[in-house]
Amino acid sequence: MVVAQVSSPEVADAGARFLAEVGAKTAGVSRLEMCIQCGSCGGSCPSADAMDHTPRGLFALIRAGERDEVLHSNTPWMCLSCYHCVVRCPQDILITDVMYALKVIAEEEHTYPNNVAPDFAGVFVGQARRFGRSWEMGLTARHYLRHYILRLPRMTPMALGLFRHGRIGLLPHQIHQKKQLQAILRRADELERAR
Amino acid sequence: MTNYLYYPGCSMEGSGRSYRESLEGICEPLGITFEEINDWNCCGATEYVSLSTTPAYAMIARNLAIAAGEKKGTEPLVAACSACYLNLAKTDHYMGQQPALNARINDALGAGGLHYDPGTIKVRHLLEVILNDVGLDKVKAAVKKPLTGLKVAPYLGCMVPRPDVDGAYTNHEQPNDLDRLLRALGADVVDYPLKTECCGGHMTQVAPKVGLELIRRLVAEAEKREAVMMVTVCPMCQINIDAYQGEMNAMFHTHYKMPIVFFTQLMAVAFGVEPGKAGVGREYTNAKKTLVQALKAAPELTLAAAGVAPAARKPRPDKRALPMPRMADSEVEE
Ligand code: SF4
Ligand code: SF4
Repeated sequence: MVVAQVSSPEVADAGARFLAEVGAKTAGVSRLEMCIQCGSCGGSCPSADAMDHTPRGLFALIRAGERDEVLHSNTPWMCLSCYHCVVRCPQDILITDVMYALKVIAEEEHTYPNNVAPDFAGVFVGQARRFGRSWEMGLTARHYLRHYILRLPRMTPMALGLFRHGRIGLLPHQIHQKKQLQAILRRADELERAR
Repeated sequence: MTNYLYYPGCSMEGSGRSYRESLEGICEPLGITFEEINDWNCCGATEYVSLSTTPAYAMIARNLAIAAGEKKGTEPLVAACSACYLNLAKTDHYMGQQPALNARINDALGAGGLHYDPGTIKVRHLLEVILNDVGLDKVKAAVKKPLTGLKVAPYLGCMVPRPDVDGAYTNHEQPNDLDRLLRALGADVVDYPLKTECCGGHMTQVAPKVGLELIRRLVAEAEKREAVMMVTVCPMCQINIDAYQGEMNAMFHTHYKMPIVFFTQLMAVAFGVEPGKAGVGREYTNAKKTLVQALKAAPELTLAAAGVAPAARKPRPDKRALPMPRMADSEVEE
């Protein structure tokens, strides 16, 4: 276990740098530097059991500059985006968005602990970019074939059930202005890379 | 008729189809109309924001820009899916909060000839619109077939009451909004303390053990509270609890059969729409039978409740016929 100890100036520097990096990556104003390590987040988190560090623990590691440990942690990937921690945090820290920011950095550097969630996000987003809409059928089929072959026998009747109830289409819906959307996203990609 | 701009979201055309169908059935009685914004795109759910920040928010903002271009007065943009609602609301909020993010998003939107000024569009969730704009009096007045005796667990899920960027909720963990609405329909709303717990979102896809355990807790609690069905406001919650209940049962060796429907479906049915037309029956665990039974049982009871007709009293059984335990005479004397 890594115990966070901000003792030497080097550690403090690395911590400040990483804290600033995560803050800059967060969509809203993260306020992560205001964390008082109270632990309300971990105590409220329905997913804490599955995490290798509680949110509080992860924030201590960020402050200690343990960049590697943080970016390899499964914590952001186990976050459900339930915002329980956010409404309970006495310091109004955007914990969920910090988790998103950490996932984005881990995606860029390929440090995620396993590729199931990143793959799912990748396929989902690829289809949304291509069609302008998400495509449940295509997404689920591809995801199960790649990652959950063993779950397929149970999933097939389920997919058929959805189909029978008219709840899943074989073909994706598409928007008209796909070119416009893609132009916006290409420019957004450039801007993201240039940050 | 009050008009609203409307963002349906992808699942309304697929797995959440019954949400859309039932929404159509409640507009007229409530005196509202929804105008779907033109050529809207996917909000990216919770996936895109986990992958890359600027493109994720630019994709969401395209919808806000389209809505801003179509708005004629002060109409808000209404979303029914919790994830869509939160993404749209958060994007508007963060663009206003972070000038750098705003600049990047508008730079990207510009590549498609669009622009969006944060604050132009107010994003709202359907449930909140019905409660605050339409009001419960109007809802009650529209009820033709009260859902008397139907024991429902009000399941709001997480992303509507939290993080609540616009401060629409006074209570983020135990709000009673959905309870009040369902009660207005005549339903018997059970106390459901897990009402804002998470259904796991995409966890059924990326970490099934975690996801299925969350579903188990929700369903087990609803059953423990003697609800005959759960009621939701979110297509993601619906599909998780409905379609994955079988896999969850297999994993935990349980036998739950808990139907889950959208609140709009119950509204439509209470307003007199035939259940099938409100999309009831598209669930895995069929809610139709339970619902139809409740409707059959309802009319007399509600006439009585409304004070129109006195409730027929069961004749009191003859006292002598009651198998009451009696004290032995000897005991009485002592
Ligand atoms: S609840 Fe907020 S202040 Fe407390 S440990 Fe978590 S992030 Fe830090
Ligand atoms: S938002 Fe994430 S970190 Fe916060 S309580 Fe929910 S699962 Fe835990």
